[in-house]
Amino acid sequence: MSAAMSSHGLALHEMPLSTLAQALRSRQVSALEATEHFLARMHQHQSLGAFLAVDEDASRAQARLADERLAAGSTAALEGVPLAHKDIFVTRDFPTTAGSRMLAGYRSPFDATVVRKLAEAGAVTLGKLNCDEFAMGSANENSAAVPVGFDSAQPVRNPWDSTRIPGGSSGGSAVAVAARLVPATTGTDTGGSIRQPAGFCGITGIKPTYGRASRYGMVAFASSLDQAGPLARTAEDCALLLSAMCGPDPDRDSTSLDRPAEDFSRQLNDSLDGLRIGMPKEFFADGVAPGVRAALDAALKEYEKLGAHLVPISLPRTELAIPVYYIIAPAEASSNLSRFDGVKFGHRAKDYTDLMDMYKKTRAEGFGDEVKRRIMIGTYVLSHGYYDAYYLQAQKIRRMIADDFQQAFKACDVIAGPVAPSVAWKIGEHGSDPLADYLADIFTLPASLAGLPGMSVPAGFGEHGMPVGLQLIGNYFQEAQLLNAAHRLQQATDFHLRTPTGF
Amino acid sequence: MALTHQEIGRIAHLARLELSDDESGHMLTQLNGFFDIVEQIRAVDTSGIAPLTHPVAAIAPVVLRLRDDIASEPDQRTANQQNAPAVERGLFLVPRVIE
Repeated sequence: MSAAMSSHGLALHEMPLSTLAQALRSRQVSALEATEHFLARMHQHQSLGAFLAVDEDASRAQARLADERLAAGSTAALEGVPLAHKDIFVTRDFPTTAGSRMLAGYRSPFDATVVRKLAEAGAVTLGKLNCDEFAMGSANENSAAVPVGFDSAQPVRNPWDSTRIPGGSSGGSAVAVAARLVPATTGTDTGGSIRQPAGFCGITGIKPTYGRASRYGMVAFASSLDQAGPLARTAEDCALLLSAMCGPDPDRDSTSLDRPAEDFSRQLNDSLDGLRIGMPKEFFADGVAPGVRAALDAALKEYEKLGAHLVPISLPRTELAIPVYYIIAPAEASSNLSRFDGVKFGHRAKDYTDLMDMYKKTRAEGFGDEVKRRIMIGTYVLSHGYYDAYYLQAQKIRRMIADDFQQAFKACDVIAGPVAPSVAWKIGEHGSDPLADYLADIFTLPASLAGLPGMSVPAGFGEHGMPVGLQLIGNYFQEAQLLNAAHRLQQATDFHLRTPTGF
Repeated sequence: MALTHQEIGRIAHLARLELSDDESGHMLTQLNGFFDIVEQIRAVDTSGIAPLTHPVAAIAPVVLRLRDDIASEPDQRTANQQNAPAVERGLFLVPRVIE
């Protein structure tokens, strides 16, 4: 098909979301045309393994409704814009698997709050995106679900180098944006699952303050850490999406904060003159790949040119974030995943002798290796005699880590560092060593434990020509300031506009 | 501290997971590798520190919300049971538990 063009002279997939939304509102392009264009791209590039479910008729029906609203003069922020959701969000119009055999064939009777809010803002759903099973992973190698166009589970491929991982757990979400298969996607971040794949795929992603976005309808992994957020090409797009996604959900999510929805775009163009950017010495130590370090240094120089000051700070418990996170998250996961017992929904084993045997066989068959490992760790650290030494101790250190950030924010406004110590590694490179993945999460885990907003901004290229993400961490509720810092960098650099060859 | 095969069996039972001997062996190696890096948290002095549950409680009290105890959900029994592996007359079927 010929690519639909606008008066900007760009094909629809080359436009940032905010430009596309404007083209839809001014009726230069219809929602149905946009939907068809991106569905065609999705099929053209399905070898990436990014999508787990599409339903073209359902997407077209949503697009036609958006076109009717546009014809009636709708000015909703995302009217007619195609989006795709991480397969952790439950949806009525599409199956939801959470990347697990356990939920093969599952259909939710309701939409997640985030899905509903984006639909209310006018978005059209293109499909569901691959992710690590129950969002547990840093490479999207732990998905047990079958992508569109395949007949078995596949690792998701990074469009910058298809032999490399895209990051995880929101790997499909990052790949779909990086390969321009959809203007923006949703993701979830428990320990870095939005920021790290966004960084590895050269796009922009933000996780808001814990409690900003409703967790209702997000298949639960670690309830005190899970947060939804958008992945898109630009900070401006992320601001638009985040504004639609957040807001209190008091009747549906007990940890949703009673903070009104905000326009996160309001500070985008503010000057950065005098902004204090904290550089934690633990984030700029040995162990960060030279190419990653060089890209970050160049980005920080740009910030200095924009008037920001770099301030040395310390987050002394950075290394402790790894064991603390990998106790707390599995503990909560072992509890959350106890609901998968083969009774009310999901997989049930075929052959069993009694109820206990049914539970054990069902869970043995339905869960993959990494999920089993985390359930085992979680069950152990919560078990009698070990709770105080592990889980409670981890929760206490969690507070110390959060306090360290508050100490640091006395000297700076935002904190900068790498998203990950290296660029995306090769598929299979970490083999069967889960610890290698855990250790690579070191720079995203601290902000997750503290519940702080964090984002990844394209900062150039490192080893093997792979993208490098600059991580920016803000204080609680300072998303607008983070997005402002990211937006100003994107006005001075063009890394967020680079497209991998062939896409 | 190192876990034993016996402990792996006990934890798997608590977690309602059937593990083959092979899986159990891998699990033992991997969990022991994991708990090696966890050991460092034991040395941290946390006396007088309160555990943090809701992260935003680090800066301000987070009050657990309660609502009035009234039925507010529509009846979704049929929709919900469409995902069940075995249903009969509106009830979830499980193997016999009471003789």
